[in-house]
Amino acid sequence: MTHRVHRDLARAISGVENGIVELPAALATLRAQGHGAADHRASIVGVTGPPGAGKSTLVDRLIEGFRAEGESVAVIAVDPSSPFTRGAVLGDRVRMQRHASDAEVYIRSMASRTSGGGLAPATRDAVRLAEAAGFDVIIVETVGVGQVELEVVAVADLIVVVTVPALGDGVQAIKAGLTEIADIFVVNMADRPGANRTAIDLKHMVRESHHEIPVLQTIAQDGSGVSELLSAIVAKRGDDDTNAVRAVRFEVVRKARDAAVAAALAALDSPDAAAVLQRLRDHDITRNDAIDALMRILGGPVHAH
Amino acid sequence: MPIKVLVAKPGLDGHDRGAKVLARSLRDAGMEVVYTGLHQTPEMIVNAAIQEDVDVVGVSILSGAHMTVFPKIMDLLKEREVNDIVVLGGGVIQEDDIPKLKAIGVREVFNAEASTQQLIDGIERIVAEYGRDRARRASASSAQVEAAGAR
Repeated sequence: MTHRVHRDLARAISGVENGIVELPAALATLRAQGHGAADHRASIVGVTGPPGAGKSTLVDRLIEGFRAEGESVAVIAVDPSSPFTRGAVLGDRVRMQRHASDAEVYIRSMASRTSGGGLAPATRDAVRLAEAAGFDVIIVETVGVGQVELEVVAVADLIVVVTVPALGDGVQAIKAGLTEIADIFVVNMADRPGANRTAIDLKHMVRESHHEIPVLQTIAQDGSGVSELLSAIVAKRGDDDTNAVRAVRFEVVRKARDAAVAAALAALDSPDAAAVLQRLRDHDITRNDAIDALMRILGGPVHAH
Repeated sequence: MPIKVLVAKPGLDGHDRGAKVLARSLRDAGMEVVYTGLHQTPEMIVNAAIQEDVDVVGVSILSGAHMTVFPKIMDLLKEREVNDIVVLGGGVIQEDDIPKLKAIGVREVFNAEASTQQLIDGIERIVAEYGRDRARRASASSAQVEAAGAR
């Protein structure tokens, strides 16, 4: 790969990120610039977990491992935007700088902007563009997430959930949501007290879920356990079908939710709704009556109170 | 769209307190700030600027190496055919050297006395004046591609 790929891919991502070009046009431009092959498919690995779990350092190790196998790697690393100023400090590259001069490695930081799902609105498009540019492996690193930011499911083929020892009681930080999307669990900073306990808790949970999910321990700082993680990723790489179903289900729910929210907001702006809200203001009707009346305007089900 | 800035620390400077304070100030001014840590070579800085597609690279040097670092950065940008990323300098830079840096394409130099507000104002002004019109560039490059396809 040449540095020209980096420049053209970088500009394509900026174009979609800033709403200047649509994805199909950006893809066509990359193709016309002579990058990638039409039938090229990349492996897309999501890395997620709570803040400070060592995701970026682990991604740095994964880059090293994939490069040793001769594969080119693109990383899309998302950091949070301030909801107040909309600014962001994007610091994930700091841990990956030893790959900065490798033309087979492309690293792009993205601010999460308006998105609350752990990714940025344009992350999915950025992944498609990196694939079109010809990269073999694409690693998506989410913002530090809690229990509900699961959007990476809609983007990655395979999801690595990273945690660290002694975050609350064992698996507190990753109990709901995150455990349901994991293909591989990693207990990072495994040299810290409580690592075995955390791994055992996770293994118990995995057994109850009746899924085959490896629970691994790593020390990303010195590379311990990373080769086992790479083997687990490679072993799981073939399972595209289940992941495709999971991604599509998630995406349909998300789109339906977005559409429902948009419809509700539009209904609330209607003159009929304004009349209902005026009656609420005038103390003519109760809050529950107002909600029922507004739901009827929306055409949705009326809840029993 | 937010201004995207790379804050770069080349060479042997021993700490990056100032760079981190600056990064946070630019964030608070609504910018997206990529920070890459200490000990960056000119090649690492240029590669990061290209991969991140930033509007501005702010290079902070306290060690006195500016007359070797900036020419290398400007040469590498030229070599990679990037002519639309603005390079700014900051840190401890002698008055005599400022015209020399500007002559090789460094757009502006902020010395150690500049306040963060002066820097923010400077970046916003420079991006407005010289910065890349991303919209125009994106449509221009797809127009070029269409023209090439029609031939």
